[in-house]
Amino acid sequence: MSLRICAAAAAILAAAALPAHAQDTTGQRGVRIGLTYTPGSKPGVVVLPVDGPGGDSVRAIVGRDLDFGDRIEVIDGSGVSQPASGNGAVSYGIWKSLGAAALVQVTLITPSLVRVAVHDVTAKKVAQSRDFPIAADVGSAAWRMDVHGISDEVERWITGVRGIARTRILYVKGGRVYVVDSDGYGERAVTSSGTALAPAWHPDGHHIAYSQLGTSGWNVEVLDLAGGSARPVTATSGGLNTTPAFSPDGQWLVYAHGAENGTDLYAVPAFTGGAARRITLGRGTDNVSPTFSPDGRRIAFTSGRSGHPEVYTADFDGSNMELLTPFNFGDQNYRSNPDWSPDGRSIVFQSQLAGLFQIMTINLRDRSIKQLTSEGANEDPSWAPDGRHVVFTSTRTGVKQLFVLDTESGRSRQLTHSSGSRLSAWSRYLDRAP
Amino acid sequence: MIGKTRRVAPALLLAIAALAACGKKPETAPTPEPPPINQDSIDAARARADSIARAEQARRDSLARAQAEADRLRAEHQAALATLTAPIYFEYDSDALSAQASAALDAKLGILNANPDTRIRIAGNTDERGSDEYNLALGQRRAAQAKRYLTQRGIADSRIDVISYGEERPVADGHDESAWSQNRRDEFEITGGGQQLKAAR
Repeated sequence: MSLRICAAAAAILAAAALPAHAQDTTGQRGVRIGLTYTPGSKPGVVVLPVDGPGGDSVRAIVGRDLDFGDRIEVIDGSGVSQPASGNGAVSYGIWKSLGAAALVQVTLITPSLVRVAVHDVTAKKVAQSRDFPIAADVGSAAWRMDVHGISDEVERWITGVRGIARTRILYVKGGRVYVVDSDGYGERAVTSSGTALAPAWHPDGHHIAYSQLGTSGWNVEVLDLAGGSARPVTATSGGLNTTPAFSPDGQWLVYAHGAENGTDLYAVPAFTGGAARRITLGRGTDNVSPTFSPDGRRIAFTSGRSGHPEVYTADFDGSNMELLTPFNFGDQNYRSNPDWSPDGRSIVFQSQLAGLFQIMTINLRDRSIKQLTSEGANEDPSWAPDGRHVVFTSTRTGVKQLFVLDTESGRSRQLTHSSGSRLSAWSRYLDRAP
Repeated sequence: MIGKTRRVAPALLLAIAALAACGKKPETAPTPEPPPINQDSIDAARARADSIARAEQARRDSLARAQAEADRLRAEHQAALATLTAPIYFEYDSDALSAQASAALDAKLGILNANPDTRIRIAGNTDERGSDEYNLALGQRRAAQAKRYLTQRGIADSRIDVISYGEERPVADGHDESAWSQNRRDEFEITGGGQQLKAAR
């Protein structure tokens, strides 16, 4: 049920987000192509070899993206003696015997255009095909993102759910904010020096906000990833200004401000700054780490108002506040860092168990709790736009690193490999610039 | 802190140099024509030599007194500095001031009262446990708590800044209580008027 709603939501999002040049497609858009495979299992898919410059990389990236999506079983077809490439040369029998339900065939038409066909192995025909524009400089960041975009569309054709490969993740390492592609490639620093914390995405996918330490305290700055200098937006100067979060419509920035009487949440216009509107009345307690519901009406945040940190929800104006995380589970009273799921139905947060944080979700309808991690200390969860994957910080391999977890299968993968990576934030779907 | 102490030294050296220059004056006076040898001239020469010796002794005494005063001031400054910048420590997830922390703040209060031009910054810190983000707020609360203690006892609000470093600046690197207890602290830094601190009155 939840999957179907997810899929429908993703399809609607995807359809709304598609740029104008993608409208002239063949076949059905937003509907899965109806492959035959065992119900409850993942469809087996072979990514066929790709001829031409960068072809091997395209094949490797698409295969990895489909694997990381956790909805498809990627079959390694490289050992097959007669790999089909080029139109009309597909021998379906071989692939069917390997367990493939579908073949992905990518053909480089021009340096800036590729044709992608998905073959239905059982029906022995092309089930879906479309031409995709692609950045001409093979191997560049833009080119990689275009290949990820192809993977995501292929995943939607096959499973009905858009993939999350064309996304990026912000995090902090050594006092600087970094960004990395969803597959762990293309890591780069986006702040130059100093001490930054708590990076957050603007829904437009190219502005970010974070907290930067200055001489008199912490300020929230907004930065355009495409270039330009960081702009401070916190009106309350000095003291503590941290944990920014943009509203889903991109108009507001909510952050925690603390001076000498606790830390409370405030809202300012996202880009212009200006007079801050107070949201919480913590009366000397700490209120931090806000996250918005997808409709922008509610926020969840960490508050110490009961004497220890717990997760609360409230309307955007601070009214109708309620305690979300109950005290009667776990052995320590410390729950924090909520992130509202993209489908609006649950919140992921961290809870201390046996002295270590673990990642948990709470269902907003029945308040049921699900523990997702148990190995090492696990913190700062952030949802992927599919509402299924979560990125978080873990010490399971020693020092802090980022990991991605599939909340449905429990499968996880290590995203970063340089020590001290933490405070990750997953972007929305990143669309191709028109 | 060392930098601030060093800034005191040039002034003292100047004073000492000035005293030294006063004492040297007779030596640099031009030598008069030798008078004809008689008892008077011998007595006069002896008197002159005695006078030079006395001046020299006075110069030495004055230098010693200046040195002693400089040493005393330096020691007073160092002691006051140590009192004013000594960290205070907190319990886990708490900004409550222990008896020990309050006593340390009382001592700082005396120094701040004796040095009305001195300004400080209180930096709140936490241990590594807890959320990185929540810890920034906790550190802020710890710094604000110490500031409130001082301002409620008469120190002007404008003389004290607060900042939080959360868990970002540990002094002990371990992952056990002995390290954590050292990291749950307020640090005190002089931001102005701390060149020559006087002892509490």
